[in-house]
Amino acid sequence: MKTHDAIIVGAGHNGLSNAAYLAKAGLRVLVLEKNSYIGGAAVTREMHAGWSYSSCSYVCSMMRQAIHRDLNLTKHGLILVPYLGTVVFGDKGETLASYGSEGSEYNELFRRSPHDADAMSRFQADLTRYAQLIRKTLLRTPPDPTSFRVRDIKELLWLAKQFWSLGEKELYEYIRFFTMSAADFLDDYFEDDLIKAAMASPGIIGTALGVYSPGSAYILLHHVMGDVDGNIGAWGLARGGMGAISHSLAGALREYGGEIRINSGVDKIRVQNGRATGVILENGDELHSNIVVSNLDAKRTFTQCMNEADLPEGVFERAKNFKIRGSSGKVNIALSGLPRFNNVPENRYINRGGQGFVGSLETMERAYDCWKHGRWSDDPFIESVIPSAWDPTVAPPGKHWMSNFIQYCPSKLANGPWTPEKRDSFGKTVVDKIERYSPGFKDLIVHMEVRTPHEIESEVGLTEGNIFQGELTIDQLLFNRPFPGYAQYRMPIRNMYMCGSSTHPGGGVSAACGANAAREILIDLKRPHIVPEDDFYDE
Amino acid sequence: MIDPYAGERLKETHFHPRQSLLNFREAWSSWNGYKFADYYYEEEYEYFCIRNTCGTYDICPMQKYLIEGADAETMLNRMVTRDIKKLDIDRVTYVCWCTDEGRMIDDGTIFKLADDRFMLTCGSPCLAWLRKSSFGFRDIELSDISEKTAALSFQGPMTCEVLKKMGLSKIETLRPFGIMHFSFGESDQQLMVSRTGFTGDLGYELWIKPELALELWDALYAAGDDFGIHPYGESATNMARLEAGFIMPAVEFNEALKTVHYRYDQTPFELSLDWLVDFNKPHFNGRKALLEERERGPAYKLVKLDIEGNKPADEAFLYSDRKCSQEIGYVTSAMWSPVVKANIALAMVEPDYLAGDIWAEINYQKELRYHTRVSKCTIKKTPFWAPERARFTPPP
Repeated sequence: MKTHDAIIVGAGHNGLSNAAYLAKAGLRVLVLEKNSYIGGAAVTREMHAGWSYSSCSYVCSMMRQAIHRDLNLTKHGLILVPYLGTVVFGDKGETLASYGSEGSEYNELFRRSPHDADAMSRFQADLTRYAQLIRKTLLRTPPDPTSFRVRDIKELLWLAKQFWSLGEKELYEYIRFFTMSAADFLDDYFEDDLIKAAMASPGIIGTALGVYSPGSAYILLHHVMGDVDGNIGAWGLARGGMGAISHSLAGALREYGGEIRINSGVDKIRVQNGRATGVILENGDELHSNIVVSNLDAKRTFTQCMNEADLPEGVFERAKNFKIRGSSGKVNIALSGLPRFNNVPENRYINRGGQGFVGSLETMERAYDCWKHGRWSDDPFIESVIPSAWDPTVAPPGKHWMSNFIQYCPSKLANGPWTPEKRDSFGKTVVDKIERYSPGFKDLIVHMEVRTPHEIESEVGLTEGNIFQGELTIDQLLFNRPFPGYAQYRMPIRNMYMCGSSTHPGGGVSAACGANAAREILIDLKRPHIVPEDDFYDE
Repeated sequence: MIDPYAGERLKETHFHPRQSLLNFREAWSSWNGYKFADYYYEEEYEYFCIRNTCGTYDICPMQKYLIEGADAETMLNRMVTRDIKKLDIDRVTYVCWCTDEGRMIDDGTIFKLADDRFMLTCGSPCLAWLRKSSFGFRDIELSDISEKTAALSFQGPMTCEVLKKMGLSKIETLRPFGIMHFSFGESDQQLMVSRTGFTGDLGYELWIKPELALELWDALYAAGDDFGIHPYGESATNMARLEAGFIMPAVEFNEALKTVHYRYDQTPFELSLDWLVDFNKPHFNGRKALLEERERGPAYKLVKLDIEGNKPADEAFLYSDRKCSQEIGYVTSAMWSPVVKANIALAMVEPDYLAGDIWAEINYQKELRYHTRVSKCTIKKTPFWAPERARFTPPP
């Protein structure tokens, strides 16, 4: 039987970045994917002839430039195009547009509140300072604070130095920030509710928290710490859809001799004498390898793909209690034309970028209340983007597709399991809300794909459909991710590693988790360390 | 009322009535006396139109000369370094021309429209040099058609689709550097389309009589509306051309006839344009000097650099060692490339040091304070950006 050096379970983008680096280092690598397509949650799928949806993730800012450059992903078809112009809508139809120049941006804020127009610069400076610190950790392995190994102590000192460089006052502020709610954090700066609601919305995305829940301030930061070409906070689209990211990583992997097998779901990770020795596929086939890397989330990895008896005491329990709650849905809509929105001028730069149906802080909190009671929000927060307005390759000319990310949508409903009828009813709630802001919107609909946490879990494999592979709260961040003691990608079983977003730095299409895991594996194998560093340490 | 400042104001191009409406940032500079946009909305947005959708770039201010007559070809062939006798009708070629000392005056393109009819385009006025070059030729007629021609560069991956939609039949069969002619509008006037450009991407240049300029603009923008058409200015052009590895006058080279200091101008060999110099053809301007330089070797060599880190190496000096003790050259153009995700530059390096290490001393600013970083450079043999669609016919 052929033995691989490493088997990676799951061809999500982090599984692929992990495999690409292992293959680049000369290992014989095999990636196993349960679906008939690769990419996990970074996919492009033609669900209706002529339209290519980014079915799950739809924009990116976390994608590590250093990896893009190092693996020459452009050669393998990856082009990231920044997009501009988002309009947020309030409960009464009032709008706040983000314009393409500093001056026009100021004027737009001034229109709502001269105070807030001024406060925005302090807010941006503070947020950038926080972002610059935390983003430096993205392509680094978190130190183990209880270890006395030189490497861990050095890394802890490095981290401490970064924090100390903020100065005493800001250090206190930063620590406070980690435990704050987005709404409380924003109260320090702004008075206008729509501005606050607009700035707060990134604080709840992908998370089973509300704008008033402690911890949501950090999630906000997680959504603005990325960049496109060094512009912190900017977001981009992958030309051809998010699948272009996965396919370019797969291209690099194949160039280095790696192999990907689709339709090959893994049933169990095989453990012998306390070591991972390979996998058993759903069809019963056994594959051997010296190393097994799981791209699946921590809960799925330990509670479904492993036997409790093979795990050290407590690990199964930890995995079972890993916080990975489903809170969001996704509705992808093919449109026969570009939708028009109330109170948005015919300005090509803002009427075709993104739409944020935020309502108000109160509306977003009420939307969260529904989730707590096991219902989807009757007046949900929706973040929309129309990628086809920027990318000519994802819809026929003149036609469009709209990506709608919805909160909240629970994975378990109070009134029994998800059914196709309930799914469609959820979809209707979303479309009805958009129609309120865009009369005639429904007439443009050509095709619709509605994805509740139920579909996301069953298709992609993310437990509860949680987009981050586990919530980004401080108890599950840095050296606590996924569990304390296991944050350095090595798992409790020898020769077994994790490389998905359940590990540091967490959710988002960054390719960093996979690359960081590859670095640790190569260190264990005493191979040269080929994973690049981020290139912005002097920003 | 007579505008007392009329003499201060710049001329407006044939497309100005449409372009000025789209220039929201009022970011105007000038080119050959014309009002010319640095950018219209945002430099990077427009750059991505070139790489992602399509965009137009006004080349009305570019200089265009018609050279006609039985001696036209012989004259041009004596002026430029490349052998244009090989050029077929309805083909375009990139050329440069030099002084007797082999120093480069300018670069440009020659369009062969008929056996006795050529169009020369270039960035700076060249009429005086063309006159000098035609001295002694009998059957030759020079005319400056710059103002009598409306020209629009149309670049980007969706351009072929848009031109097809505009009704230019078989445009997809046009090969790089080829020319096609179409009747345009009701007037049955000619629209000339060449598959040329300055972006290294798929693209075309459209040439028409000024009376039809706005009609052409409207037709193109109607067809391009679903394909993200947008005007782009000098900033986006400069980014695209650098990724393609193209040189820019007054950036990579100092035009010889405008150069004050001895040898502060360049030769084609210094600019790595060796492939443009054809010693197998009869005598041409600068031949003797260039032959000598080929023997002796140039003083500098233009190279493409991939530089570590992400700080653009604008105006950086180059050294052979990390300590920056031995200076070996200088950067002429530099940028962070958004599509390639690399820190790229064009630079002049002393040939003796090409095989060794190259380090760039990069100055950059962080909130008003300057910092220095010394970064390792790697020479790239091929253009940073050269997509298949720019070379293939029909474009994929």
